[in-house]
Amino acid sequence: MTGTSPTGTPERRRGARRSGTTATRVAFGAGGVLLVVVAWELYKAIGPATGVMIGDLTVLPRTTDLAMPHVWDMIGRLFEQSGNGRNAQPVWLAVAQAAVFTLGVAAVGWVVGVVVGMLLAILMQRFRTAESAVLPWIVLSQTVPLIAIAPLVRRWGAQLEFGDFTWESWMSVAIIASYLAFFPVSIGALRGLNSPDAIHVELFRSYGVGWWKTLFTLRLPASVPYLLPALRLAAANAVIGTVVAEVSIGLRGGIGRMIIEFAQQASGDPAKTWAPIFGAIAVGLVAAGFIALLGVLLRRFRRGEVPA
Amino acid sequence: MSEASTTAAVQVTGVDKVFTAKRKPSVTALDSIDLTVAPGEFVSLIGPSGCGKSTLLRLIADLDTPSAGTLTVFGKTARQARIDQEYGIAFQQSGLLPWRTVAANIELPLELHGVNSAGRKKRSAELLALVGLGDFAESYPDQLSGGMQQRVAIARALAESPRLLLMDEPFGALDEMTRERMQTELVRITGETGAAVVFVTHSIPEAVFLSNRVVVMSPRPGRIRDILSITLPGTADRDEHLREDEAFFENVSRVRELLHGEAPVGIKPTAARGVENR
Repeated sequence: MTGTSPTGTPERRRGARRSGTTATRVAFGAGGVLLVVVAWELYKAIGPATGVMIGDLTVLPRTTDLAMPHVWDMIGRLFEQSGNGRNAQPVWLAVAQAAVFTLGVAAVGWVVGVVVGMLLAILMQRFRTAESAVLPWIVLSQTVPLIAIAPLVRRWGAQLEFGDFTWESWMSVAIIASYLAFFPVSIGALRGLNSPDAIHVELFRSYGVGWWKTLFTLRLPASVPYLLPALRLAAANAVIGTVVAEVSIGLRGGIGRMIIEFAQQASGDPAKTWAPIFGAIAVGLVAAGFIALLGVLLRRFRRGEVPA
Repeated sequence: MSEASTTAAVQVTGVDKVFTAKRKPSVTALDSIDLTVAPGEFVSLIGPSGCGKSTLLRLIADLDTPSAGTLTVFGKTARQARIDQEYGIAFQQSGLLPWRTVAANIELPLELHGVNSAGRKKRSAELLALVGLGDFAESYPDQLSGGMQQRVAIARALAESPRLLLMDEPFGALDEMTRERMQTELVRITGETGAAVVFVTHSIPEAVFLSNRVVVMSPRPGRIRDILSITLPGTADRDEHLREDEAFFENVSRVRELLHGEAPVGIKPTAARGVENR
């Protein structure tokens, strides 16, 4: 690249802007968390113990230690023992183990959801009739409450049997997670696959290449900017789906079940309730981080096209 | 290629194109078009909006099919010619793939047709030199100016050494200075490659400067009003000085008169210098 060419300039400007704001963005992010902590403690300090009521309606919660433990108590509880006797281990370790378990199941659900969503999007892109036939069902599928399908998935799964394979509960949970994850992927990917300009499509037609080659050389690369937000949504959905499905299926070992177990001990140990919630947040952050990494790997496909 | 010298590059005979839409009156975009483009000949299609010049180009490219009449490209049907890669095409927008480098964009048609990596590299290097972008092989399209992007698009159209180049207002979105420079380069490039060109434009000086013949079209329905042979030196000998030449202005006036269907009021064809010539 020559120094006087118009090439370097936009690149440099973009680079400068991005690196200049990194520190600021981290500061704002940390500030946001701090703000929540301050608001929590401030209300706990000055709010009435019985909460704020309008008539019979509670609009702000009670500020007792039972309802709103101190933030430092929540964090401190992480480093104390959970359970007793042989099973005793620090709470943070139990939460971390549950988080890893949940993350694993959510990842399986995400992968299944992404594959199914992509296949549906490709099918709908290829056949207009498929789009009219399938798209309404895809939208409709998301109106079915998770609680309703959980027992169904479990029952159907239990009937599956071939060879040494046996259906396990975690698979039901992963399927339910994928049920939530596939939706944004199919919608986002369909938009992305249809995003190439007419001029690009006609160019490929002029090259006399078929639909598959056009798919891999043009449509899939062009869909990346639409796909990444969809994948991020899918990751969030997969985590939420996993946690909720763990509860409805009754799968042990994950964050979902831990939330229920610890909540039952809330009256005697209110700070402990928050431990698995922090775990769920950690799982969500790891999932979001993974998508961000994916975005960096695919950055070549995210170059905005400058009009000629 | 002895066959090439005898077979017309493009042969259009009695072609109609009618667009029909639901609950709308059908539109006759082209009405009994006859046109022959010889190998190596540069032919411009000019006319007001809606005269069907782009439609005609799209029919030749087999991006659309005629409603009636026959259309052959090097003696083949338009469809077969497209499949055999007989033409290269460039549009008003460069249509570069933003995630590919300049070199990879030029290599795109070669890659799609299975040319090996070494062959592709060699060809893209040649073409980059031809369009004067040798230093920009590894740049991305968004790092280039509009004129440079359009040059990459032309290089891409030339990648498979087609005997026919189809261009739909390729310089339409460029500023006047870039545009004139690109025209001079196109004259040189087509001189070097020997390809026939069908060039759609709405700029009279552009058509005159580039062409052997100018096809003047009229709208609703799209018809060929007249075909004008440009009385200028062979296209290979044209350069910037020609734009100041008396003969150039004479040809510009002739095209303008044909476009407007009459002589411009108060301007004699020989005294056309200084006339707004866009």
